[in-house]
Amino acid sequence: MSFASPMIQEPASVPEPAVAAKVAARHVNVHYGEKHALKDVSVDIPARAVTSFIGPSGCGKSTFLRCINRMNDTIPICRVTGEITIDGKDIYDPRLDVVLLRARVGMVFQKPNPFPKSIYENVAYGPRLHGMAKNKTELDEIVVNSLKRASLFEEVKDRLNDPGTGLSGGQQQRLCIARAIAVSPEVILMDEPCSALDPIATAKIEELIDELRSNFTIVIVTHSMQQAARVSQRTAFFHLGSLVEEGSTEQIFTNPKDKRTQDYITGRFG
Amino acid sequence: MTDTSMAPPETGLRTFDYGSDEAQARVKRRYKAEARFRLYGLLAVLFAGAFVFVLLADIVRKGMPAFFEHRVVLTLDLDASLIDPTGRREIDVLRNADYNKIVMDAWRANFPEVTQRAERRRLEALVSSGAADDLRTAILRDPALIGQKVRFPVLLSDDADLHFKGLSTRISSVPGAGALDVKVNGRQVELTGSGQPFAAILADVKSGLAQEAERVGAELARLPASQQGGNNAALDAKRAELTQRVADLRRRAGDAASAEAIDFSAMPSRIVRAEGASIRLQEIGPGSAKGFLLVAPQRELSRLDSWMVATFATPESNRKASDADISWLETLKARGLIEKAFATRFFTSGDSREPEQAGIRGALIGSALTLLVTLIVCLPLGVGAAVYLEEFAPKNRFTDILEVNINNLAAVPSIVFGLLGLAMFLNFFGLPRSAPLVGGLVLALLVLPTIIIASRAALKAVPPSIKEAALGVGASHQQAIFHHVLPLAMPGIMTGTIIGMAHALGETAPLLMIGMVAFIVDIPQAITDPGTVLPVQIYLWSDLPEVAFQAKTAGAIMVLLGFLFVMNGAAILLRRRFERRW
Repeated sequence: MSFASPMIQEPASVPEPAVAAKVAARHVNVHYGEKHALKDVSVDIPARAVTSFIGPSGCGKSTFLRCINRMNDTIPICRVTGEITIDGKDIYDPRLDVVLLRARVGMVFQKPNPFPKSIYENVAYGPRLHGMAKNKTELDEIVVNSLKRASLFEEVKDRLNDPGTGLSGGQQQRLCIARAIAVSPEVILMDEPCSALDPIATAKIEELIDELRSNFTIVIVTHSMQQAARVSQRTAFFHLGSLVEEGSTEQIFTNPKDKRTQDYITGRFG
Repeated sequence: MTDTSMAPPETGLRTFDYGSDEAQARVKRRYKAEARFRLYGLLAVLFAGAFVFVLLADIVRKGMPAFFEHRVVLTLDLDASLIDPTGRREIDVLRNADYNKIVMDAWRANFPEVTQRAERRRLEALVSSGAADDLRTAILRDPALIGQKVRFPVLLSDDADLHFKGLSTRISSVPGAGALDVKVNGRQVELTGSGQPFAAILADVKSGLAQEAERVGAELARLPASQQGGNNAALDAKRAELTQRVADLRRRAGDAASAEAIDFSAMPSRIVRAEGASIRLQEIGPGSAKGFLLVAPQRELSRLDSWMVATFATPESNRKASDADISWLETLKARGLIEKAFATRFFTSGDSREPEQAGIRGALIGSALTLLVTLIVCLPLGVGAAVYLEEFAPKNRFTDILEVNINNLAAVPSIVFGLLGLAMFLNFFGLPRSAPLVGGLVLALLVLPTIIIASRAALKAVPPSIKEAALGVGASHQQAIFHHVLPLAMPGIMTGTIIGMAHALGETAPLLMIGMVAFIVDIPQAITDPGTVLPVQIYLWSDLPEVAFQAKTAGAIMVLLGFLFVMNGAAILLRRRFERRW
């Protein structure tokens, strides 16, 4: 498998996001009917790094995440304005095919949601849909590599034909990650991927996220500030629909510029 | 600290003693109320269960006789010169041969004494007119039988069949007392015996007369009194007549020695049986009796040492089988020629005016064809509509109105759909009447809302996370639905469809409107042939006067209920097997 991305840069040392912005948002506003859910958010997300969105419940971080692969399109009353670009190309361009966009921008959801099919079929569905494999051998290779990449292969290699829903919660979530990376995306969006998992499964997923960032641009929404500190290189803090502060994780957690950020990370509100 | 340590801290909340009598009584009342409620529930279930049990037991009791038929095994002489005079075994010749004559000749040979025309017609009426058809079928299947003498089961008529099912009259048999001298004069017989061999029978007859006297006396007592100055002529005449009858009956009943003539319209018939003969007693005295020879004896009768008296409790004019009919049938039974067999005919033949030949095949095939049309029309339409409305349709005023109307359609009386079908399919499109095609289309209209509602519910029950997962790996909206959502909703859709089909199977009213209520003997071969369906067949049979059709009606209900049980059982099984909890 090849992961097309020309940029090679050490993610931890990204000084300013503008340098290697994979995803760039400018003045993004989201309305759910009457409700103004996201207010004028502008942010750059660097390539091959983990960016985490933190903030209290209902602050708009998941909403923003779902704008990046236009998942909000499925909600009829949702309206998005502003500009989001990936590699400089506007993803809300009417000529752009939203289905192909979602193949390029994979997503992992809060609750593990494998298809009620075999483990193999779960991973093979996307590649088959996009005609990525010419024959069974190639498809097998994609499935095995994806499962390996998601650190799941060793645990399931003897039961690829068992239903994916029979795995444990953490395994199911890693299966969902394998499913997402099987279609060779450039960006992976993770919406609180560990909130339904126990600490051990969470640790495995975090380890996996750390491995994946050498090939993918990862955006993760999390409620756990420890998790944000552990896995991400950059952190953005949302509050009441606005992006309050964004910077390197180290800076956000040690030297926040905004009072609200400081209050939040020190647990004074949430 | 020292003075407050004993008292509880002041909280501002009222304290409550849960151990007080009042609190205990409250708990007791709660327990009682719960026990009472559980009892009501149990009673309701038992009540409903008892009703279902009574209904099913009654239907089964009435319907079981429909699954059995009685036949007489006759040795038929399949004379080649009668069936196939040319000897070439041509199918037309074989088909048109006079099989009725062969059957009737063999049948009449059992009772050579029957020569009189009216009596002969009665005898012949005991064999079903379908017997000749059975023989024709057997010979067409195996022409090698021609020229042989074969034992062949000949179907009895409905009245004969009913007699063997115990539905003609109660028969009680007692041995006769003492030896009899017999004097035969043609068919008239005189029986005399030393002592008083008929005294017991006569006493029985007399007690019947006494009862009759009592009944007439009661009728007399109920007559209104004569009005002063009114026109009472008719009333007085009636009173005089009844008074006279009571006196007459009392006198006859009181006189133990006088002979009695049997009134066959009001009294039980008494038949003396001996030596294979059956003699119907017409006049009974204590020492002698006169009778009529219904069935001839196997040898010349002169003296009878042992004999039986059979009493047919129902008077002859109150039943369809005459004394002669019953005597003939009982004689054949005594000879071992009557056999009881499972009535495969009930499942293999179409409707008929003759109850013993009528079957539900036509209705079964009609129902199957009708349901096939219904399924073909409403499954794709219903599922398609549900998928569109649930997943694709914009949520606006128009789709809201559409949804309300679909739900309303499910509540429209079925007869209205019948009228719609009549107006649209028959009158406007000119489709054939009484055809399963039209019936299926009408039932499809009826079932469509059910299927749409069930399918929408099944689609709604699939969690959105599955669809999101598919969209997340780059499936289009349609791909997500057809690859993931619809297959997961399929068990629910199938369950709804089966329940809808079961509903359609039991539907009657709309089919009456489009002419599926006609009497149709032929089994429909295609969806455009005239036909009927099971529930309509039940409706048709329940209306017929012949007693034998009552059993057929109940039998057909059993078959229909069987199908409904199987279908609903399949729906439950499907739900149990494939239902997924998210």
